[in-house]
Amino acid sequence: MMIEIKKLTKQADNKLILRGIDLSITQGETVAILGPNGAGKSTLLKVLATLIKPTSGLVKINGLDLKKDHIEVKKMFGYLPHSSLLYDHYTPLENLVFFGNLYGVKEVENRARKLVNEVGLSFFINEPVKNFSRGMIQRIAIARAIIHEPKIMLLDEPHTGLDQGAITILNNVVLSMKEKGCTTLMVTHDFKQAAEICDRIIIVKNGKIADDFKINNKSLGLVSEKYKVLVEGVS
Amino acid sequence: MLRTALTIAKKDIYSELRTKQVLGTMIIFAGLVILVLSFAFDPANNTTKAVIPGAVWIIIVFSGILGLNRSLVSEQRNDTMHGLLVAPMDASSIYLGKFMANFSMILIVEIVSIPFLFLLFDFKMNSSIFYFILVLFVGSFGFIAIGTFLAALASNSKSSEMLLPLLLFPMTSPVLIGVTQATKIILINMEKLPNAIAWMQLVAAYDVIFFVLCFLLIEYVLEV
Repeated sequence: MMIEIKKLTKQADNKLILRGIDLSITQGETVAILGPNGAGKSTLLKVLATLIKPTSGLVKINGLDLKKDHIEVKKMFGYLPHSSLLYDHYTPLENLVFFGNLYGVKEVENRARKLVNEVGLSFFINEPVKNFSRGMIQRIAIARAIIHEPKIMLLDEPHTGLDQGAITILNNVVLSMKEKGCTTLMVTHDFKQAAEICDRIIIVKNGKIADDFKINNKSLGLVSEKYKVLVEGVS
Repeated sequence: MLRTALTIAKKDIYSELRTKQVLGTMIIFAGLVILVLSFAFDPANNTTKAVIPGAVWIIIVFSGILGLNRSLVSEQRNDTMHGLLVAPMDASSIYLGKFMANFSMILIVEIVSIPFLFLLFDFKMNSSIFYFILVLFVGSFGFIAIGTFLAALASNSKSSEMLLPLLLFPMTSPVLIGVTQATKIILINMEKLPNAIAWMQLVAAYDVIFFVLCFLLIEYVLEV
């Protein structure tokens, strides 16, 4: 198992956000986490990314304990939240080299240049990020998340506010990483993109997993139907 | 740990050299304080010399606060702090990196402003430069070590600029009392040097204890 979660709970200010999540994800799976606002999707992702400590429960990543072996585990993660996590006054190259150095990437500058080319921004490689549009920033953020060739990608609403070009680049990155054996966990409200690139859907409601199913043939209809029944109560 | 801390410190210093926001403000502030003090106290008067040790630490403390506050609040833009927290390193590396950057910046402010202070007050240094540099080092170390930790604590608050001085002054008062006393002896009354050394030893012990404590506790402060 690449990701193994047992009885995971998270309490904040007397409110249980996660109420005993049990989840197993194998290597190479692309999993979408769907659910209404406040269901605990992003909290689950933040717990995995080690940004939030869980109240109880066990999380194992590739056999390693999330708490005890957190440095080894963090090396495996590529985290892409809604915010870019980029320094505004730095250029794409400087941002990528900085984060690459934190991850101990070898020949980091070459790797950064290659990634900037891949996301189609080589013309802007020496421009400060603050002058970029949301779509351009997100492309660099994607490059930042994969600078160290992660084994697991954690994506939090990655398609929000992106133009069609950036959506295509992001989807291609997820699919090409999948070919390399990368596991992807994606929190999203975009059913179309979830059906497009994911092979398993998890629906979270009130801090619990309400449904967990595999999808074939990019069947958007099945995802929407199940979501309506579980979340909106339409039968 | 040291490698990642150096990477973060380098990033902060490089950012500062590029934007010139914080260091410029700190140096201008220090210059203004010195200018106002030089108008208020007559440099020709011998008693004015008694003001200098206090003036040195007023400059360091108030310009230091400007830099400390900015160093962690700046990491909230685009949630870059999350980027550091998910990277494969301990939270203490972030603290160490931020400490090194803040300490370098306060040293630059001291190198620029203290000769300017001595110049405007027509103060000729007859005492030991070594001990003077040592007391500046020991005092700045403690002030920045505690300040970096408290800046991280205050940065989650909306009124962090108000909260930081409120937390910082009581916590650093033993450091500030000790180094002001030691500076006074070193600059004005070198015969009492053993007393100054005793003050510096006290401050150094306080520095070490708080540096270790901050180093261990930063993980809980930086949690999202």
